[in-house]
Amino acid sequence: MSEKTILKFSDETAAIATKIVARYPEGRHKSALIPLLHLAQAEFDGWLSVPAMDCVAEFLSIQPIEAYEVASFYSMFNLKPVGKCTLEVCRTSSCWLSGAEDIVRHLEKKLGIKEGQTTADGMFTLKTVECLGSCGTAPMLQCGGDYYENLTLEKTDKLVDSLRAEGKARVYTNDNPVNID
Amino acid sequence: MGKKILLANDHIEGIRFLDTYRKHGGYASLEKALKSMTPEQIVEEVKTSGLRGRGGAGFPTGMKWSFLAKPEGVPRYVVCNADESEPGTFKDRYLMERIPHLLIEGMILSSYALGAKTSYIYIRGEYFYVARILEQAIDEAYAAGLLGKNILNSGFDLDLYVQIGAGAYICGEETALLESLEGKRGNPRIKPPFPAIAGLYGCPTVVNNVETIAAVVPIVNEGGAAYAAIGVGNSKGTKLISASGHINKPGVYEIELGVPVEEFIYSDEYCGGIRNGKKLKAVVAGGSSVPILPTELILNTAAGEPRLMSYESLGDGGFATGTMLGSGGFIVMDEDTSIVKNLYTFARFYHHESCGQCSPCREGTGWMEKILHKILHGHGTLADVDLLWDIQSKIEGKTICPLGEAAAWPVAAAIRHFRKEFEDFIRNGEHVNDVKHYYRLNNLTALIN
Ligand SMILES: Cc1cc2nc3c(=O)[nH]c(=O)nc-3n(C[C@H](O)[C@H](O)[C@H](O)COP(=O)(O)O)c2cc1C
Ligand code: SF4
Ligand code: FES
Repeated sequence: MSEKTILKFSDETAAIATKIVARYPEGRHKSALIPLLHLAQAEFDGWLSVPAMDCVAEFLSIQPIEAYEVASFYSMFNLKPVGKCTLEVCRTSSCWLSGAEDIVRHLEKKLGIKEGQTTADGMFTLKTVECLGSCGTAPMLQCGGDYYENLTLEKTDKLVDSLRAEGKARVYTNDNPVNID
Repeated sequence: MGKKILLANDHIEGIRFLDTYRKHGGYASLEKALKSMTPEQIVEEVKTSGLRGRGGAGFPTGMKWSFLAKPEGVPRYVVCNADESEPGTFKDRYLMERIPHLLIEGMILSSYALGAKTSYIYIRGEYFYVARILEQAIDEAYAAGLLGKNILNSGFDLDLYVQIGAGAYICGEETALLESLEGKRGNPRIKPPFPAIAGLYGCPTVVNNVETIAAVVPIVNEGGAAYAAIGVGNSKGTKLISASGHINKPGVYEIELGVPVEEFIYSDEYCGGIRNGKKLKAVVAGGSSVPILPTELILNTAAGEPRLMSYESLGDGGFATGTMLGSGGFIVMDEDTSIVKNLYTFARFYHHESCGQCSPCREGTGWMEKILHKILHGHGTLADVDLLWDIQSKIEGKTICPLGEAAAWPVAAAIRHFRKEFEDFIRNGEHVNDVKHYYRLNNLTALIN
């Protein structure tokens, strides 16, 4: 039997987590669960393994099951490993009216995978998701917390190529907002 | 040009930042409120304004605020609903991204009016970058003494935090939102008790939409009566409309309530007409949950009056011939659109988003998606249309929260107005483009009776 893996937040993440916990009244620290699961997902390779969820539960002094049941409810939490970039294409009405299906098919062909799969090199996961509040700039996809809107097949190609060259998803910060177009 | 009050300054460069926002009159309402108004007076102004909740249900905001319980020694909370997940709706994102301080100013006013000392903005997790923008604006507000202890030397203290969700439409339902904010699964609560009595952490809580809270700013600045002078009937003020689909100019438009639908679709000030010179086929006027209407009924009421963008006019005729303003998610479809396929995207959405607590919703949404999938793949039978009708009719009124109805209404309306298209699809195994067959005005009497 292998030993149980134990994960811990880095000092930097732990400091952010402590600040988040302070937002809630005395005894209501469980409110920090969702923000902390996001932190854990970001820190531990983009998905929530059991040890990653245990780390959050331990940090908040709650039962592990409380973390599992929340993680499994929300669609942004990945309970299985994903690629370095998850391309999440919106498939709901307005995007569908504007050609979202063509984008998905094009990506499937370009990446050589089906929706829901990850490329062999671990670079891309392709997903379809429900309305992301970008219906006026449809079709669109989300990757790494950023929105890529008014997509065309050419723009999609360019995006995939540049992400591949960069080797990871871009992260939005206020000092360095990613240019959406 | 219609009057703009929320988005009057949205194109000013740098309006996202505090100094520019203040240069253009930002936070004047807060100075006014804290220096010269009691909390009760603000609630009165909001009542006078006739403002109705902009999240979808249209409940009068002043009335909601006056229901808030105020037991001694128990904290109260104001929670802003920025979950915005109703397909076709993206106006809250636009507002927060462009003018984050408008929401923050509204949150401070609302918290002062309702006696909250801690408030939260619950934003959908996918709006991660918008949350960053809000947090940056909140930091600016703290640094300027607009948040924190003793705001503008008034003795009023407020802490304001942004909480991110993690992908679940149901967390837009206010009690599910509160569960989520407490760190739990987003399962709606059984009501009563309503949040005004027992909300966040069991304490009295007001939950309001982003746009509703932002509207408190002009109401305090100009007075409730000035706000109520805009609009028509019981639809007071302005409304942000998210326009998408087959139009020339998709985007967020602030309209004075009461603009004719036809003007909204065709004028250059708004949607600019249908894309590629096509004809209009149908509109979903208030987000995916509201009944779809064919051209004739969205442009005019059954009685032949021009249909207006207002709560009353869009609702005219009930669900037989009318619809709802809802969240203002205005989805336009041209003559080539397959209503069956569009409905499938909605049915799949609601099935995906059902929290699963109530069997009519959990099972009904799954079943409707399956049947539509079957029709779309050429295996439907004419009896399936009746079956769909039957399933949707067994959800309404039998669930804990209105997601069940939100899933049922689009199915009912699509069949009500486009039954022939479903039948043609089934007979031919594919979408048949035959606009002439669909809804005609002279069928109206038959439809109503
Ligand atoms: C399934 C469901 C989803 C909802 N989603 C939202 C939402 O994303 N944003 C919102 O403001 N209200 C949403 N609502 C309405 C809220 O429950 C609540 O009525 C609203 O936040 C009250 O604010 P208002 O009075 O300012 O509109 C939703 C309701 C239901 C039933
Ligand atoms: S109606 Fe649907 S979403 Fe609402 S509580 Fe019941 S199962 Fe959950
Ligand atoms: S339908 Fe795709 S973002 Fe709304």
